[in-house]
Amino acid sequence: MIQAFAILLGFQLGGEVIVRALHIGIPGPVVGMTMLAIGCVASLKLRQACEKAAATLLANLSLLFLPAAVGVVQFLPLLQKQGLALGIAILVSTALAIAVTALTFRFVVHRLKLENRE
Amino acid sequence: MTDVARLWVYLSASPLLWLFATLAAYALADRFAAATGRHPLANPVMVATVPLAVLLWFTKTPYTTYFEGAQFVHFMLGPATVALAVPLAAEFRRVRRLAVPIVIALLAGSLTAIISAVGIACLLGAPHDVLASLAPKSVTTPIAMGIAAIIGGLPSLTATIVVVTGILTGVIALPITKLLKVHDHAAHGFASGLAGHGIGTARAFHDSPLAGTFAGLALALNGLLTAVLAPLVMKLF
Repeated sequence: MIQAFAILLGFQLGGEVIVRALHIGIPGPVVGMTMLAIGCVASLKLRQACEKAAATLLANLSLLFLPAAVGVVQFLPLLQKQGLALGIAILVSTALAIAVTALTFRFVVHRLKLENRE
Repeated sequence: MTDVARLWVYLSASPLLWLFATLAAYALADRFAAATGRHPLANPVMVATVPLAVLLWFTKTPYTTYFEGAQFVHFMLGPATVALAVPLAAEFRRVRRLAVPIVIALLAGSLTAIISAVGIACLLGAPHDVLASLAPKSVTTPIAMGIAAIIGGLPSLTATIVVVTGILTGVIALPITKLLKVHDHAAHGFASGLAGHGIGTARAFHDSPLAGTFAGLALALNGLLTAVLAPLVMKLF
């Protein structure tokens, strides 16, 4: 568990260093995730070392958004000024994005006959 | 000073109380969600936020004080994002096989998310800085705030919109994909992560590990693509 955590933090740290050294506008953890994904595809040992800790963290991912969500309550007056326009735009656009993405994905899978074969 | 007041002075200055409150609120919300069979409306982020916000308001606690305790939870978002790599690597063969639908759904979904948000708000008469704050709404917060700053939005408004969009995705993604008869967990997860970044991904992990894995992939890919597309789309408005 501790070793796995050190690996995750190590990759995050590596990501932060790269982002700052190259001045790119991507968060360090996203770069760290990309590097760890490559590492875990290349090395089964690395993947097995992090598997349990990663599964535990990801199963409780919702918890990690609570501090930000509580913060949002503070900023809700910001939304009030443009309340209706913002609310409708967020609601309709989010529903559309989900529908278009899911349908496109299915359509292309079906079209290319990539249905589950395992 | 009464004993109660003295106790409150101690507790309100220590991160212990708000860290405990955050974990306790989540534990209760998660049990409630589990009891409803993970009903989309019982989203633990949404449900747990309510008592915490009420408690802060009732005790007149400033958010900065709350965050001194909650920061330990917030910090874990970094390693959790990195951890998304692990199930992704485990599903590498499936991801490679589905590379074409992934790329096409990514392009279609990303453009839909940006253009429809900005377009609808524009039609409803929202000013330019609000439109720019809306453009990156489906993207994980740090990337979205960076994009908003570049295209003339208000980063704090964007952060708020992003969290609202994520919670909304957690609530409506499953009903929508069910309605559209998309039973494929990869497609459902990919849509959840694309539209609702980390919060949509968190919900997808409750649906199934495969859905969560594809949500994590969509979160990363859409973050990168929106950084490229949002400035281009904003030139149209």
